[in-house]
Amino acid sequence: MSTTNVPTVATSQGPEAALLQMTGIVKEFPGVRALGGVDLNVRAGEVHCLLGQNGAGKSTLIKILSAAYQPDEGSILWQGGARRFTTPMAAINAGISTIYQELDLVPDLSVAENIYLGHELARGGFTRRARANRTAKDLLSSLGHAEISPTRLVGTLPPAGQQIVSMARALSHDTRLLILDEPSAVLDQEGVDNLFRVVRSLTARGVAVVYISHRLEEIREIGDRITVLKDGITVATGLPVSETPTHELIKLMTGRAIEYVFPPQPETPTEQAEPVLEVSGLTLDGVFGTVDLTVRAGEIVGLAGLVGAGRSEILETIYGARRASSGTVKVDGKKIRRGSVTAAVRAGMGLAPEERKSQGLLLDQSVFSNITVSSMNKFSRGGFLDSGAERAKAKELTESLDVRPAGVSRAVRTLSGGNQQKVVLARWLLRECRVLLLDEPTRGVDVGARSEIYALVRSLADAGIAVVVVSSEVEEVLGLAQRVLVVREGEVVHESDVADLDEAGVLNLVMEGRVA
Amino acid sequence: MSDSSAGVSETTSPRHVPSGPGGKTSRPKPSSYAVLRSSMGRNLGLVLALVVICIVGAATAGDRFADLDNAITILRLAAIIGVVSIGMTFVITGGGIDLSVGAILALSSVWCTTVATQQFAEDTHWIAIVFVALLIGGACGLINGLLIAYGGIVPFIATLAMLASARGLAEIISNRRTQIVNVDGFTDFFDREVLGLSTMIWIFVLVSIAGWVLLNRTTFGRRTLAVGGSPEAARLAGINVKRHTVMLYVLLGVLCGVAALMLVSRTTTGSSTHGLFYELDAIAAVVIGGTLLSGGRGTIVGTVLGVLIFTTLSNIFTLNDRTTSEQALLKGAIIVVAVLLQQHLAKRSTKHDTT
Repeated sequence: MSTTNVPTVATSQGPEAALLQMTGIVKEFPGVRALGGVDLNVRAGEVHCLLGQNGAGKSTLIKILSAAYQPDEGSILWQGGARRFTTPMAAINAGISTIYQELDLVPDLSVAENIYLGHELARGGFTRRARANRTAKDLLSSLGHAEISPTRLVGTLPPAGQQIVSMARALSHDTRLLILDEPSAVLDQEGVDNLFRVVRSLTARGVAVVYISHRLEEIREIGDRITVLKDGITVATGLPVSETPTHELIKLMTGRAIEYVFPPQPETPTEQAEPVLEVSGLTLDGVFGTVDLTVRAGEIVGLAGLVGAGRSEILETIYGARRASSGTVKVDGKKIRRGSVTAAVRAGMGLAPEERKSQGLLLDQSVFSNITVSSMNKFSRGGFLDSGAERAKAKELTESLDVRPAGVSRAVRTLSGGNQQKVVLARWLLRECRVLLLDEPTRGVDVGARSEIYALVRSLADAGIAVVVVSSEVEEVLGLAQRVLVVREGEVVHESDVADLDEAGVLNLVMEGRVA
Repeated sequence: MSDSSAGVSETTSPRHVPSGPGGKTSRPKPSSYAVLRSSMGRNLGLVLALVVICIVGAATAGDRFADLDNAITILRLAAIIGVVSIGMTFVITGGGIDLSVGAILALSSVWCTTVATQQFAEDTHWIAIVFVALLIGGACGLINGLLIAYGGIVPFIATLAMLASARGLAEIISNRRTQIVNVDGFTDFFDREVLGLSTMIWIFVLVSIAGWVLLNRTTFGRRTLAVGGSPEAARLAGINVKRHTVMLYVLLGVLCGVAALMLVSRTTTGSSTHGLFYELDAIAAVVIGGTLLSGGRGTIVGTVLGVLIFTTLSNIFTLNDRTTSEQALLKGAIIVVAVLLQQHLAKRSTKHDTT
């Protein structure tokens, strides 16, 4: 046996004793209640799966667990005692390690340097590289990956190898609880098998694992118990994996406490309408396969799929923000130059991007200049802007969209998520766009404002705009769109009228690639 | 603007709901911090600083400082670095930086005073000198802009390379000799006084006014703010970010050409040693003026005040026979204090916004 600090958890507690007990956790952000009372109970030596749709609060919960966020209410019992971790380092020192979806490794440092980052093996300020390399080697071996050299630069490792390094880093601390946030997202089948082997060897040593994944088959394979989150609330906790059927889980994930109000679908079919957006044979190498898509005037088409399935990338490629490998995009029959947002906007396209704050808005600038930024020539003569006319037009638009608080000169940063989204929509409304691409239009938008956004999108479509909506929330896609495309791992796996689909059907397609 | 005019209420929406009690937000009372945070307030702070500096000047140097001729001297001294700083304000507001302004200035000054150029100007018109200076400045800016926008080189490195190369080329062209200007039309034009002020000061005033209008009243200025605030958001809004970035560096390059002409006329020479450390002075003036070094917010008035503060200070030091080393020391301290103060105010403001 190696002499490294591979954790060996004393199993003095009975198997039923909770290692971690979270009760009534509440976390609020301005305008959004991310968690509204979450319970989680994890035992030593088990794999506890956290299940829920996007936006259900999984990420927020693990950030609280790893002390990246502080809860507003609720209690955390850790190894039987009430604890409050104020910094991520405190949580790590107590034995809680987290491996995030985006691996937080430094690519230009070696494997060993990454493993001991922040707690370098040192004597008198000098790093002990030989010793670090030796112990790193032992850690990697204990994870079944002795082939990874401790001196190799992390950036040269494939994603699966990087994940192993992240795990070794977690285990270089005395870890009792390991949180894995969608660890399989970056792995192929072989990588997943390796990962499961490592997870099993950890649980055999008494380490508890909180495992987050969208893939039900994985949960079946590795999980012991399941906690289901929905809209920031625990709907079921401690379900034994082996005794809970899939349809039960999907029902738990989808049965909503809050009903969103969707505007009624138009009665007249849009099939006769002119095609406005025509996408044919669009591909982006290594990201998504062939996409064919026609959206007619007044039609809303939904793209459903998991985060990372390629939905946003498809939207951004249609928009020209990414340069397509092949294929054409036409608006009103006119072909658009590949990889040029300027050409796309000129042709009448508009995008409300996924990352509204960083991609959609100029946060420190006024509401009115965010609205007029894409239509400045409407207000300029010889390059000079008539900001009075800009303000008046922006005021008119924000009033008709009911942006609150009123006032077009305030910085967009001071608005809530829903009102920020209205500002983005107002920009394209002013531009009189023909095609509107919406990427997660209601992310970070509170419940009340969601219905307003839905109504607004519907009324835009009714005015003859072709709309494409990307959303991780199946209900949103089904409620808004007339036609749905399901994207899974870069491929469109299904296309049909919304009437032929229900939420469980889409979730099955999204997670397993087929209708159950 | 006619906020309550009929034109505004023309499009009433069926969805328009009068804001309920929850929707109404009362405007927060303007605290002293809020006043300081507004652009007007920031400029007021700079004016206050300038006034304090002037009082110190009057107290230490007496009539030699508090004198109209001295004031004009300060303005003349401020004019050249001022013109460069206006251009620098645009580049920094647009999210960039240019370390090569001094070197571009030197190259322009040398190129427009070569024997060949002067001969050509004698044969045609003295304005040829002006064209050459502006052309060289603009060309250097174009190279900077292309390298940054299309070559993907970070502004710091691209303009650092230009700093080295442009001054090197200036040394090669001039053979490290000082080139004297003797085109009469040129020297006459810059020696002239209009309404009691030299051409030099008028150029500074005109460039400042034009810069203010360009930044605050035109699509170019609005795009500059957008590109500097968030290049990605600007791109997705349909702005051609690369082309705009190039234009910003060209603008600064041309203004370096203007500054080169001013320096040539003041010293009656073109030289490869002109404009040494101008990049530092210009960046310092822009930053203490309140333009965000990270881009997205820029103020021409602040830059002008920043230039005046530094120039006045160095004038006071000269009048009091203090060394330039002491000046440099104080300059550094002022930059630190000004930026710390700005950061403090900015922090207060974001805290205020989220509550």
